[in-house]
Amino acid sequence: MPDVNSDLMTPISTTPLVEISGLCKWYGKFSALFDINLNVSRGEKVVVCGPSGSGKSTMIRCINQLEEHQAGRILVDGKEVKPGMKNIEDVRRDIGMVFQSFNLFPHMTVVDNLTIGPIRNKGISKSDATETAMHFLERVHISEQATKYPPQLSGGQQQRVAIARALCLKPKIMLFDEPTSALDPETIAGVLDVMIELADGGMTMICVTHEMGFARKVADRVVFMDHGEIVEIADPKSFFNNPQTDRSQLFLSQLLGH
Amino acid sequence: MEIASDYMPWPRESMSEESSNTVSKSSLRDPDRRQRPHDKFDPVRSIKTVGQIGWAILTLAVAGWLIWRGAMAMEYNWQWYRVEPFFYRVVDGEFIWGPLYKGLIVTLQLASISGVLAIIIGFITAFARLSQSRAGGLIATVYLEAIRNTPLIVQLFLFYFVLAPILGIDRFWAGILCLAFFEGSFASEIIRGGIQGVDHGQFEAGDAIGLTPWNKYFYIIIPQSMPLILPPLTGLLISLIKHSAIVSVIAVAELTTTGLNLISDTFMAFEIWFIIAGIYLALTITLSVCVGQLEKKMSIQKR
Repeated sequence: MPDVNSDLMTPISTTPLVEISGLCKWYGKFSALFDINLNVSRGEKVVVCGPSGSGKSTMIRCINQLEEHQAGRILVDGKEVKPGMKNIEDVRRDIGMVFQSFNLFPHMTVVDNLTIGPIRNKGISKSDATETAMHFLERVHISEQATKYPPQLSGGQQQRVAIARALCLKPKIMLFDEPTSALDPETIAGVLDVMIELADGGMTMICVTHEMGFARKVADRVVFMDHGEIVEIADPKSFFNNPQTDRSQLFLSQLLGH
Repeated sequence: MEIASDYMPWPRESMSEESSNTVSKSSLRDPDRRQRPHDKFDPVRSIKTVGQIGWAILTLAVAGWLIWRGAMAMEYNWQWYRVEPFFYRVVDGEFIWGPLYKGLIVTLQLASISGVLAIIIGFITAFARLSQSRAGGLIATVYLEAIRNTPLIVQLFLFYFVLAPILGIDRFWAGILCLAFFEGSFASEIIRGGIQGVDHGQFEAGDAIGLTPWNKYFYIIIPQSMPLILPPLTGLLISLIKHSAIVSVIAVAELTTTGLNLISDTFMAFEIWFIIAGIYLALTITLSVCVGQLEKKMSIQKR
């Protein structure tokens, strides 16, 4: 099994945007991640799936250091990301993140949610930041809600605002942590449409998701994780039609069995 | 293995429009169809409410009558007519503020300055305890435990007889600092609780968009913790106003000290203590009404 990861890597361009090697993380004695190796090239779309508790979210949260790892190396655009580093903010500004529970700032209007990052981080003027914010709100088809507060919006609308908020910082890569898991069924499609448009626009994306239709349509590679390890990396067609390991076969049969 | 190629859970066409059991769309929004019935007049409940108010009035009247009868039995000489000059006098057309007014001003100064200091100390201590810094956390913990586990009056004597001569400060500032450090310790726990009460996702979202720790707290966390902090902090400021009476033991000329002095001059103990209690009550109720309005405004803004 150890060389499963390396055979199937088919990088799109030569310099990887994210390089993860030998990544390990423990909570106390519990090993949450073990020996994760994954390179993501510029413009590549990677879907991470696996049963709950398999370390999918923990892995992508290590990339912007919302979780600290204890061993291994993470390089984002050539710069190493490590626990306790100074100027972690500079790295995070290049990484957009979308959470399962949206995490919009409920005390600010939608447009203020989008502009606070650019204004406070980069010293961009309020009018310029608002212009950028409106541009991205239009891209996620929600510009008419700009002056409302997040709690007034539906879950799907909030998640699209969250995507726009991340895009306003012009990130090099977008991380999605189960973006549709907390949504009502009828609002999922709108969020996935926005993510597909984003992928078509050439954004580098790592998505933790259970939306297998999305994975088939968009992913260049599917990463299957279980018990904190990468079990299988494959292109979506072969992963879904012909999973190589017992664990991925079991996972897919449970996911699609009913 | 068969997998659905699209993420749409079902085809849109299958939701038929003309189902016989459904109400048409326009009638779903019709306000007349959905009107709430009028609340009926309930005589039993009304009589009960009147009865409750009657009981309250009766209880208060009995208490008042007991005090009045006790005072009569002591042959207490009520002299309410002498009270007005304690607030102000007009001598030869010139307006002069009386001692109670001056005492009230000193109490307001004490309470407002030490209130502001207490909130500042509270924020500093709260952040010291929340921070990763071992030294900051240790100093904050020692301060909290020392203040919370010794009597306020002992602290006041320490400030006045020990620290004030060393630092060269007068009794007024000794009183202010003592009150500020005492209430600051409670304020810090209120503020810490408020900050920890903000959803963890908000901290992560602030981090994820690359805000510096200062910006994250200033623009994201503290504004959201205010609804959690304000109600208990109001209680704290009210108790600060009340605790300010204790600095009368080091003879700061505030409201309670003024009252004590007036009583030793006039022997009008009943009237003056009632008045002083009334003034404190007026101050604290005004404060809680103002903060109540502020909270209302904040909760409307959030919606």
